[in-house]
Amino acid sequence: MSDNNNPIIICRDVHKWYGDFHVLKGVSMEVMRGEVIVIFGPSGSGKSTFIRTINRLEDHQRGQIIVDGTELTHDVRNIEKIRMETGMVFQQFNLFPHLTVMQNITLAPIQVRKWPKEKAEAKAIELLKRVGIPEQANKYPGQLSGGQQQRVAIARALAMEPKIMLFDEPTSALDPEMIKEVLDVMEELAASGMTMLVVTHEMGFARAVADRMFFFDKGQIVESGTPEQIFHNPQEDRTKLFLSQILTH
Amino acid sequence: MTTVYQEKDTLAPPPAERKNIFGWMLKNLFNSWYNSILTIVAAYIIFVLVRGVAGWVVTKARWEVVPANYRLFLVGQYPSMIPGQEDFIWRVWLAVYLLAAITGLAWGIWVKKREFVSWVVLLFPPLVGSSPYVTNVGLKLVGKLYGVTDVYQFPGFSAKAWALMWGLSATGLAFWALGRAFGRRLARFAVTMLLLYFPLAILIIGGFGEQGWFQAIPTRFWGGLLLSLILTIVGIVMSFPLGVLLALGRQSKLPILHSLSVVYIEFIRGVPLISLLFMAQVMLPLFLPPNVVIDRVLRAMVAIIMFAAAYLAENVRGGLQAIPQGQYEAAYAIGLSGFQTMTYIILPQALRTVIPVLVSQFIALFKDTTLVAIVGLLDLLGIAQGVIANPKYIGTQREVFTFISVFYFVFTYAMSYASRRLEKALGVGER
Ligand SMILES: Nc1ncnc2c1ncn2[C@@H]1O[C@H](COP(=O)(O)OP(=O)(O)OP(=O)(O)O)[C@@H](O)[C@H]1O
Ligand SMILES: [Mg+2]
Repeated sequence: MSDNNNPIIICRDVHKWYGDFHVLKGVSMEVMRGEVIVIFGPSGSGKSTFIRTINRLEDHQRGQIIVDGTELTHDVRNIEKIRMETGMVFQQFNLFPHLTVMQNITLAPIQVRKWPKEKAEAKAIELLKRVGIPEQANKYPGQLSGGQQQRVAIARALAMEPKIMLFDEPTSALDPEMIKEVLDVMEELAASGMTMLVVTHEMGFARAVADRMFFFDKGQIVESGTPEQIFHNPQEDRTKLFLSQILTH
Repeated sequence: MTTVYQEKDTLAPPPAERKNIFGWMLKNLFNSWYNSILTIVAAYIIFVLVRGVAGWVVTKARWEVVPANYRLFLVGQYPSMIPGQEDFIWRVWLAVYLLAAITGLAWGIWVKKREFVSWVVLLFPPLVGSSPYVTNVGLKLVGKLYGVTDVYQFPGFSAKAWALMWGLSATGLAFWALGRAFGRRLARFAVTMLLLYFPLAILIIGGFGEQGWFQAIPTRFWGGLLLSLILTIVGIVMSFPLGVLLALGRQSKLPILHSLSVVYIEFIRGVPLISLLFMAQVMLPLFLPPNVVIDRVLRAMVAIIMFAAAYLAENVRGGLQAIPQGQYEAAYAIGLSGFQTMTYIILPQALRTVIPVLVSQFIALFKDTTLVAIVGLLDLLGIAQGVIANPKYIGTQREVFTFISVFYFVFTYAMSYASRRLEKALGVGER
């Protein structure tokens, strides 16, 4: 079922409404294994909503979403299965403030994957080394800087050994000097072959690691292509305008 | 050596204020003509009130009714009062000693900062023991003002009572040292003991079986402060799980669960505790098969638990609402189920913010339990009514109720003081 030529994520004509408000107006996208996708676009265009439908933090009301061969429906078992295979990193980190860094990372492996504590902790140490903060294991999130917190959040997501990582503006809440430490971790992750969907306006990051970029506006994909195509030869006026706005400052 | 730059040299001291009492009075009490009038009127009212009460306290009051009934006030008719029967008061002491041991242990493990409140808690038993002497000094002073030479003096406690009270402090101290020495290694044991303590204490006091050291003592013999405390503690401890479930139910998206919780909470909160107590006494038998008789104390407990749970549910709901949506999302995103999210992420945070409220609810409930006197239970207030009805002490309402009021005040104030300081020391209530 999961041979490497099939897309790992398939979205077909995904629609979503908040009440009367049509947020996603037919989004279709296929993501291959190991691909790094960057999603960008103006505020309110539905980027967060879209990426959150992939692990069912939001439900879609029309269309189809298939993740690693499992279709997202109201069936709770499918949702649980997909959430185990996707990790998510939020703009606001959303670490658990009452748990230590170590407990934040090991909670899900122990409770959901039923790993023994020793195995989960060994994995957590390995991940903390990978994100460059092995010495912070016993601190509480409130004692860490924003950049450190976001790296813990990445480690927490990776602890479940997901096949897909979703990032929703992971650097937007960070001070400029901390953005790089998080982007470095993400670049390393991309290089390791992880499938990634990243909502971001860090165009340097997009240029360096994205395989494809999707420009969202008003709940639709306006344009997609390689970074090369998007940056040097955008087809749509809206894309050009938006790029000119964010690239000038 | 170079001179060290000292910041405090560069800071200007705050402008000097008039420090004496007249300066303070001028600034705060007589700073305008209407404030001056208000001060004088208020002072006069206070003077009249105090003069009336203080005169009665040192000249007319028959204080002997209080020490003569100490034991009744504390434990009611807890067996011993029945002539010819064995005295089981030691079981109450055992429960109190256990409490001292567990408190000491927990204190040693968790309270790291040096706090004045530690001394207050440690010396609480002898402080209580010395309260008659303190009162006596006060009585003498007031007596002098009124020119009364033979003011009433409270008798001190017996040597045995003193030994038991110091023993409590010593036990607390010993277990504190134990907690200090072994620290976190005893943490799990201490938590277990804390959780087990209340059922255990009730088992020790209530007993079981027909005979022997721990023979059952029917609840009609429970009384006084003992009964008030048992009702309060059972009320809080048992209402806790119920309250949490109700709060979760009210938050739930399942319509039936949601509306049941809302109806329950709003109904109970809309009804005074006293009518719940009456309902439990007179209505509960209607719901039960005719041959089932429920203890009157138990009936009151049910009413108190139901009452406390509704208020607790609202407090917990407040705690739940303070948890940002992102916490749920992060928990779901790493694959936790709804139940796991509640248990590991949401409730621990919500309950932490609720602890201070819980303490004040405990204190409020402690005062509210006096209502059981109205349905005929002999709690502290019920005992007071009983004492007044005793022909020997006829006409001592004022003395008895004054004593009860002062007792309640000191007790609840001590509890709220200790809990406030403890919250600070432990940093609870903060996220
Ligand atoms: N829970 C909700 N209820 C109603 N409307 C919502 C809700 N969440 C989002 N919206 C609306 O849906 C639209 C898309 O929101 P979304 O968060 O997906 O945008 P975005 O592209 O991520 O924007 P940003 O760059 O500001 O994060 C916005 O107009 C927003 O106001
Ligand atoms: Mg967004």
